[in-house]
Amino acid sequence: MSAPAVLAAATIPDAVTFALAAVICVVGALGVVLMRNPVHSALALVMTLFGVAVLFVEQDAQFLAAVQVIVYTGAIVVLFLFVIMLLGVDRRERVLADTFRGQRVVALVLGLMVLAEVVLLARTRWTTGAHSVAGPLDGPGSNVAKLGRSIFTTYLIPFEVTSALLVVAVVGAVVLARRPGLGEPSGEAPDEADGASPVGPGASGPGAEAADAEAADAAGAGTAESTAGAGAAAGAGAAVTR
Amino acid sequence: MSVHASWYLTLAALLFTIGAVGLLVRRNVLVMFMCIELMLNAANLTFVTFARALNDIGGQVAVFFVLVVAAAEVVVGLGIIVAIFRRKVGATADDAHLLKG
Repeated sequence: MSAPAVLAAATIPDAVTFALAAVICVVGALGVVLMRNPVHSALALVMTLFGVAVLFVEQDAQFLAAVQVIVYTGAIVVLFLFVIMLLGVDRRERVLADTFRGQRVVALVLGLMVLAEVVLLARTRWTTGAHSVAGPLDGPGSNVAKLGRSIFTTYLIPFEVTSALLVVAVVGAVVLARRPGLGEPSGEAPDEADGASPVGPGASGPGAEAADAEAADAAGAGTAESTAGAGAAAGAGAAVTR
Repeated sequence: MSVHASWYLTLAALLFTIGAVGLLVRRNVLVMFMCIELMLNAANLTFVTFARALNDIGGQVAVFFVLVVAAAEVVVGLGIIVAIFRRKVGATADDAHLLKG
């Protein structure tokens, strides 16, 4: 914390912006934890992510703020909502009931301990003030230019490795979302909680399984969501066949 | 000038704590996953705050990579959740207890 800019007093607009964004963040985070309906939790998560994006802009991270809005609220939360839609909203969880005795109290105590620990650690000065190889924040050029130059020169190999990571994640998601193929024991019971699937209980006869696997193989080349959707369609086809 | 960095760090610690407590308290797997996202965002806020405080763009580069890894993690995690709950009826973490002795 040796930079003099940190020690300067905040101006009124900056202070107001920080306070509003902080309130939005905390309220959204509490909403994620306390809302009973998972859809409401996802929307509260959007609120928190927008607040964090505002704080990013406030700290000269314009590119990351844009990416935060696009990737997190545009892709990740939408993915969450897709999965909630596929699985159905489960209202059976009682937020105020303990599975283990004293679970809630222990969780709160642990959380307060984590908070105290982090705040205590933040009070001591861990930073040496030495600069990394990435370059200064207030150098020439825009934020995007500096970030891009750093990523594509200094951090080029990690950047390439992330592309491999994304490919692996996509392939893994497709493999995970596929239904078991023909000949494998599927052993899966049709779930009644899924509102999109019209299959009744006990539809696991051999004919139903065969039709199921055929339809799943026909849709095997799709993405994760479309494969899962085809799975529901395969369930419907199995019911018709039976 | 902007607000002192310690305020940002305190806010990030608070967000992280809320996410951690939510992960321990909630039993809906999707909500637990959202709490993990909360904790990741708290860490991102810390990175950006230190990038400003130390006048170094390395913190923002770290946030960039955290975003990529978070996207991959969400894709795989939600795939696992869908695969689990296609076999079982319940959608809470208590229903996935196959390893319980």
